[in-house]
Amino acid sequence: MTNKNKIFTKSLVIKAVKAALLKLNPKTLIKNPVIFIVAIGAFITTFIFFTDLFGGQAASFDFQIAIWLWFTVLFANFSEAIAEGRGKAQAESLRKNRSETVANRLINGKIEVVSATLLRKGDIVVCDSGDLIPADGDVVEGIASVDESAITGESAPVIRESGGDRSAVTGGTKVISDRIVVKITSEPGDTFLDRMIMLVEGAKRQKTPNEIALTILLSGLTIIFLLAIVTLPTFFQYSLDASGNTSAHNLSLPVLISLLVCLIPTTIGGLLSAIGISGMDRLLRKNVIATSGKAIEAAGDVDVLLLDKTGTITLGNRMAVEFIPADGISEESLADAAQLSSLADETPEGRSIVILAKELYNIRGRQIHENASTFIPFTAQSRMSGVDIESHDGTLRRIRKGSTDSIKKFVENNNGFFPKKMTEVINNLARQGATPLVVADNDKVLGVIHLKDIVKGGIRQRFAQLRSMGIRTIMITGDNPLTAAAIAAEAGVDDFLAEAMPEDKLARIRKEQSLGHLVGMIGDGTNDAPALAQADVGIAMNTGTQAAREAGNMVDLDSNPTKLIEVVETGKQLLMTRGALTTFSIANDVAKYFAIIPAIASILYANKFGLGPLNALNIMHLSSPESAILSAVIFNALIIILLIPLAMKGVKYRPLPANSILLRNLLVYGLGGIITPFIGIKIIDLFLKLIS
Amino acid sequence: MEISEIIQILLYIALLVMLTPVLGRFMTKVYMGKGHFMKPVLGWLEKFTYRLCSVDVQQEMDWKKYVSGLLIFNLFGFVIVFFLQLFQNQLPLNPQHLPNPSWHLSLNTAVSFMTNTNWQSYSGETTLSYLVQMLGLTVQNFVSAGTGMAVLLAVIRGLTAKTTKMLGNFWVDLTRSVLYILLPLSIIFSIVLVGQGVVQNFSHYTGSVTLEGATQVIPGGPAASQIAIKQLGTNGGGFFGTNSAHPFENPTPVSNFLEMLAILLIPAALTFTYGRFAGSNKQGWTLFIVMLILFTAGLMISLKSEFSMNPVFKTASNMEGKETRLGIANSVLWSVATTDASNGSVNAMEDSMTPLTGLIGMFNLMLGEIIFGGVGSGLYGMVVFIILTVFIAGLMVGRTPEYLGKRIEAFEVQMAILAVLAPCLIILVFSAIAVSTQQGLSGLSNSGPHGLSQILYAFSSGAGNNGSAFAGLSTNTVFYNLMLALAMLVGRFGVIIPVMAIAGNMSMKKITPPSSGTFRTDNWLFGILLIAVILIVGGLTFFPALALGPITEHFLMIGGISY
Repeated sequence: MTNKNKIFTKSLVIKAVKAALLKLNPKTLIKNPVIFIVAIGAFITTFIFFTDLFGGQAASFDFQIAIWLWFTVLFANFSEAIAEGRGKAQAESLRKNRSETVANRLINGKIEVVSATLLRKGDIVVCDSGDLIPADGDVVEGIASVDESAITGESAPVIRESGGDRSAVTGGTKVISDRIVVKITSEPGDTFLDRMIMLVEGAKRQKTPNEIALTILLSGLTIIFLLAIVTLPTFFQYSLDASGNTSAHNLSLPVLISLLVCLIPTTIGGLLSAIGISGMDRLLRKNVIATSGKAIEAAGDVDVLLLDKTGTITLGNRMAVEFIPADGISEESLADAAQLSSLADETPEGRSIVILAKELYNIRGRQIHENASTFIPFTAQSRMSGVDIESHDGTLRRIRKGSTDSIKKFVENNNGFFPKKMTEVINNLARQGATPLVVADNDKVLGVIHLKDIVKGGIRQRFAQLRSMGIRTIMITGDNPLTAAAIAAEAGVDDFLAEAMPEDKLARIRKEQSLGHLVGMIGDGTNDAPALAQADVGIAMNTGTQAAREAGNMVDLDSNPTKLIEVVETGKQLLMTRGALTTFSIANDVAKYFAIIPAIASILYANKFGLGPLNALNIMHLSSPESAILSAVIFNALIIILLIPLAMKGVKYRPLPANSILLRNLLVYGLGGIITPFIGIKIIDLFLKLIS
Repeated sequence: MEISEIIQILLYIALLVMLTPVLGRFMTKVYMGKGHFMKPVLGWLEKFTYRLCSVDVQQEMDWKKYVSGLLIFNLFGFVIVFFLQLFQNQLPLNPQHLPNPSWHLSLNTAVSFMTNTNWQSYSGETTLSYLVQMLGLTVQNFVSAGTGMAVLLAVIRGLTAKTTKMLGNFWVDLTRSVLYILLPLSIIFSIVLVGQGVVQNFSHYTGSVTLEGATQVIPGGPAASQIAIKQLGTNGGGFFGTNSAHPFENPTPVSNFLEMLAILLIPAALTFTYGRFAGSNKQGWTLFIVMLILFTAGLMISLKSEFSMNPVFKTASNMEGKETRLGIANSVLWSVATTDASNGSVNAMEDSMTPLTGLIGMFNLMLGEIIFGGVGSGLYGMVVFIILTVFIAGLMVGRTPEYLGKRIEAFEVQMAILAVLAPCLIILVFSAIAVSTQQGLSGLSNSGPHGLSQILYAFSSGAGNNGSAFAGLSTNTVFYNLMLALAMLVGRFGVIIPVMAIAGNMSMKKITPPSSGTFRTDNWLFGILLIAVILIVGGLTFFPALALGPITEHFLMIGGISY
């Protein structure tokens, strides 16, 4: 993804202007009822101008109105086009990666070279280093590093291997080293890249439920104003008759159309689709792809988040923070033994033990070859690791570190015993949410290493923000309930699910949903797929399996579990932007009435100075009736252009309770919406006066 | 304005605030089917009614069944009132031998009373027999009010139910409304009114000769019983043509005060019942306060206007068209209350009020009478505005808008728009037809902007199911009788059906538990928003028409010209 933050680049604007003109096609226009009405008005006004022109009495007023009405339509089209244009630019760069590739298809053990477009689901292909992976699939054999920058923008290669949760590969990405055999999982034209292109281009964009509801509201308001305007000439004629002003004409059609266009919600009507498209675009900039706009909206509604402990709440690895010796053992000798046992342990935990011993007692990592020593690696069966050291006197030191149970067995096998006090220490550590690692030397238990889960910095504040926004967080962990509770308390999550099996996640989601909550979760493994499908917002990590990516309704290309929170924020921002601009649009009407009503009614019941009683409503003191109407129409058109950046970027988002957000947005867009047009129309009126 | 008048207005508001929880709590018990003190007294009658009509109390209805029951019942009521009038001369209890009214007047009156409008193209004492008044009109006064309350109840259930299609039983809701709420209150109230001197008899009209030697006919009839329910049930159709300006309908300051209080009593108390059903008194009080603020604002503008120096008459108190017995403050208070509620009873000539008072009254009608409003209908009309407010503003907190934990989606918005649109369409289009046709214009008694106000007011009153008239417009013509009948029908059922559809759809939705991310609908911020949406949506729709009518008239009056 390119990360251009500028909204208007030159090439984008030129393309958008062209697209805006093309969108004048009535078939396209009718999809937006509000703007369609404006277009009809513009057409009628233009027609009237030309018939008058050929009749020899061209009115420059009608001409100007017609021009500005067309501009209103074009500005609305332009806003949509520029939003789409940004997506198209991204699609363009994606498409380059999809250039014709060839595939080495494996049939009956023989490799044949075919075009990638001929691949079907279930085909097996071989990819060597340097090859582009021809289509989406699962690695069935081998391990390779893959450059996925084409879709993620991330240049560091990732590992893809058969089996497990990192087996999915994406068409268009490049194998950098090694060789893998891939089973194709998508039909041509329906690959991840294809779908991504379609999504960012907006080709498959459907109106979201909330957008549909809003369109209905806007159409309804349009009909109401249409009624108010259509009936106005009858009341006007009655008033003309009543004021004995028979020489004056009834309201002209261009004036009525101007009034109508000013009143119907053109601002939000014109910007509505731009808001929707740019919502998706913003998500894409965060490297998250939503399969539908609906999913983004749902993200705004989510009020329960299921978060995996590891990676989201805690740093991936536990760290040694303390050595607790057994009775009669010095802390230093425990540290020394612990370090010895970990010298060859390349796990992050092992490394953290070496570092801690060095920090506390300045025990250096020794050259292991000096002693005749054998390293015992960790196995799932023994559940411990360590080192056997033959000392100069020929005795064998057997140092082990491992889980309580395994070490207990180890010392008892060596005719030792497990001290009671250690059991207490171990239980105590578990209660704190820590993982105890017991160290033994032959038959003697030396002590315990305190391994701690490190909660990510700032995550507690993040959860507090979420809570204030009304979002509950649930931590999912395989730890036992004791450990889980301690970490949950430290991180400040609202609830936790300990010793969680994949089916527990699914059950928990169902339970929350039955209570009326909307649940969001992020996952990667195949066994996460059911839960991802069940969640209202399921984000699959790009590193995850194909099954997970199919099940979720979003894919996070960065595979960053914290992303879920950002997705929720984007969803909320999208809805807020719609609400704010709708409020602004409706609030604008107040000022427009005060501009237009006195203008059109100035001749009614006029006194000897030619001033009618409704001039009292001309509180903006606009210079003339024509100028008042024109100023309102111009303001109405320009405000669309001026608000495009807001529609694209979204209203400013703050993690605050609903009430504070509402109050703030109301002051800015509600009150602001009432005041702004008074000022804007007055300025335009002054300007018009100046140039005429 | 005198100090006694100010005290009286404050007393009025204070009593309204105090009585709201009392009656509201009682109505909650009635509607929830719980025990209450009227049950031992009238419980047998309730059971008897169900047995007589073979109503199965346990049987719940979905929204379509509920509405069809309601429509059939209303059609039945219409037919009875229509034919009672057409044959009143052949039927008993017609001591004056009043002739049968015309078919279009009968039709208009029948629609008018069925829809709780009580628009009077007729003049009570000179057109309708005692039988029609009692068996036709008074009965409809009860059941049309009961219908409104039943609809509200179904709507409340729809908004608060947990995933069910069922909204209750129309027959049970109707019976309980009439039997436990309207009937007892009316009996007590009519006895009080009789005590104040309101007539209640079956006598012939009495002829007498005045001191000046002129002959005068003094009418009689069972007035008190009808007046009690016409006030309480926001009906408004007077027993006499001049409604509560008539000394037999409204003889004393006490009767005047009580009749005014009765206009808003039940609609106000229903807000409390609403809160109870929603499980939070604050929800109800928020709506009450919104209504009270709009009521008070209208009242203040009207009072200011009536007591201001009038450049035409060179006086600072406009007594034209008001009862000298009652005075300005009482007439204005009544006028605002009756147009806020869908009552329509009057104790002074709306036509003679200053343009701004007329504007306030008209605007109240155009909003659909939701400031307290008709019994039931006011609050379910308010629900429409609540849904619009929640939808527009609710988005601004970044969630799909919810009301009482239920999501507002396309269907609800569509129906809410329909419910707003139907009366708007009638008011604007029918007024437009009236000002452009000879039939429409011939009914006018005033020219200029005031004439436009008369027509706008008439159709607003019809579509809003109010029934008050700007007087001065002669409406007993085929043109107005039919147009207004249609206006009343659309104004009533064009709102009831979409609102019930909303209830039916909302009832099936899940309830999201509230959190700090929820858009709250029970605090001052929501109150302000609701007021803003009501004023802006309502105001923007009618501003052009109002500008050419009462607003022009106001500025002309300031300039010393009156119509």
